[in-house]
Amino acid sequence: MDLLIDLIQLSIYGIVLGSILTLGAIGVSMIFGILRFAHFAHGDLMTIGAYVGLSFLVFTGAPVWWALPAGMVGAALTALLVDQAVYKHIRRTQPVILLISSFGMALVLRSVVQLVWGPNVYSYTGGIQRPWWFGDIAIVPNHVWILLAAVLIVAALHLFLTRTRMGKAMRAMSDNMDLALVTGIPAERVILITWILGGMLAAGAGVLLGMDSRLTPTMGWNILLPVFAAAILGGIGRPYGAIAGGMIIGLAMEISTLYLEPSYKPAVAFVIMVAVLIVRPQGIFKGTL
Amino acid sequence: MSLLLVADIYGGYGGADILKGASVRVERDEIVVIVGPNGAGKSTVMKAVFGLLRIRKGQVRYKDEDITNARPEQMVKRGVAYVPQEKNVFPSLTVQENLEMGAFLLSGDLRPRLEKVYAVFPKLRDRRRQQAGLMSGGERQMVAMGRALMIDPELLMLDEPTAGLSPLLIDETFGRIREIQALGIGVLMVEQNAKQALAIADRGYVLATGANRHEDTGPNLLANREVAEMFLGG
Repeated sequence: MDLLIDLIQLSIYGIVLGSILTLGAIGVSMIFGILRFAHFAHGDLMTIGAYVGLSFLVFTGAPVWWALPAGMVGAALTALLVDQAVYKHIRRTQPVILLISSFGMALVLRSVVQLVWGPNVYSYTGGIQRPWWFGDIAIVPNHVWILLAAVLIVAALHLFLTRTRMGKAMRAMSDNMDLALVTGIPAERVILITWILGGMLAAGAGVLLGMDSRLTPTMGWNILLPVFAAAILGGIGRPYGAIAGGMIIGLAMEISTLYLEPSYKPAVAFVIMVAVLIVRPQGIFKGTL
Repeated sequence: MSLLLVADIYGGYGGADILKGASVRVERDEIVVIVGPNGAGKSTVMKAVFGLLRIRKGQVRYKDEDITNARPEQMVKRGVAYVPQEKNVFPSLTVQENLEMGAFLLSGDLRPRLEKVYAVFPKLRDRRRQQAGLMSGGERQMVAMGRALMIDPELLMLDEPTAGLSPLLIDETFGRIREIQALGIGVLMVEQNAKQALAIADRGYVLATGANRHEDTGPNLLANREVAEMFLGG
């Protein structure tokens, strides 16, 4: 009986973590689908989003949820800037060059965060939230809001991808780059929109992660591995697969703490990622890897 | 004034030239077919016209305007549509979304254009919500052609539209191509099913090793003994 309660409790944490991972993984997957490289600076883009959100709250005194849109603007602009300043010039080289460059950008972004905000730990709100009790199961209000926000963001993205011309063009380019070219879909414009959306999703993940725990300069980098695991598990290049991937990785990471030290959580994600790459490298939804 | 005039072009993918003096002409509402043995550079001519590889020498004119080495996007804007031989649909998009992508560069209401395409390919209307990747080869070919028709092209370039289709579907596809021609659209196509293609063609070219070998009306090429023996399998 106790095990069941633990399992439910951990599943709740898993869903919360999963929804954060999902937001990151969708961005990684979209960027891979359209730009054909693994974006290693994505975690630090999340960090930027979280900190921009924090500064917005500090300067305006706005309610805590304003960190989300403010962070999105900040991360989207950062993503655009990085793309135009760096990635754009090496767009036609090999994917590995882009991958290593993005690794370098990750270090740059993290240093910028440390330079601007310092190495200290921040949080959006002080104090500890009193949980709601349902029998023996405790639910922290923030967790409900995090899940709700993630669902709304994913739903908005879904509408964008299926209802708008640009969203369909993004899916088309992800499907078949050469055909998109001869169809007349303007690749550069689609790429810009991809970075804007990728940045917004990253900020979503960063801000929600900050609400779940605290803000540190390495928060995004630390979560990058599970995010990639989620993207690969779902089938990289398939944004919808990333939702399933994020949830599975999130649940696995939290439930593993029944038997393992919590510090092994990233290792659990890593093991799943390696196993997927060995057994089914295309992921659940047959990605483009 | 010809719709398309390809004059003595040379070029390839960076290495040795694949095209060594290929010339093609398409008039308004004409069906022109390029046939020839494998590796003759038939598809390469199409790609060169559409800006997918570099033309080193020679000229491409569209409605008397020099468009040599124009980018694919510019070709689409001018009203030239191209259907590659393989992977010519967006598999995860629905049929209708595939069609919409064809008109990405155009603004305004797409519905009249969709209706026009559905009039040529009525089956696509019933299947418009189906994912293109789940369709059969023949249906995908219709989606691909429909996508190309969305810009209301004046010139439609088809790279082996009947490749891999059953005899029945081959007949149907050629029938559709004649319907497309009847809409006042010039059609330039590369074909392996040379006899059937030449039978519906106004004119044809026989290409070998990147250069023109024969040029004549469709029926004349079919009647030409040398062409028949060398290129059409007797």
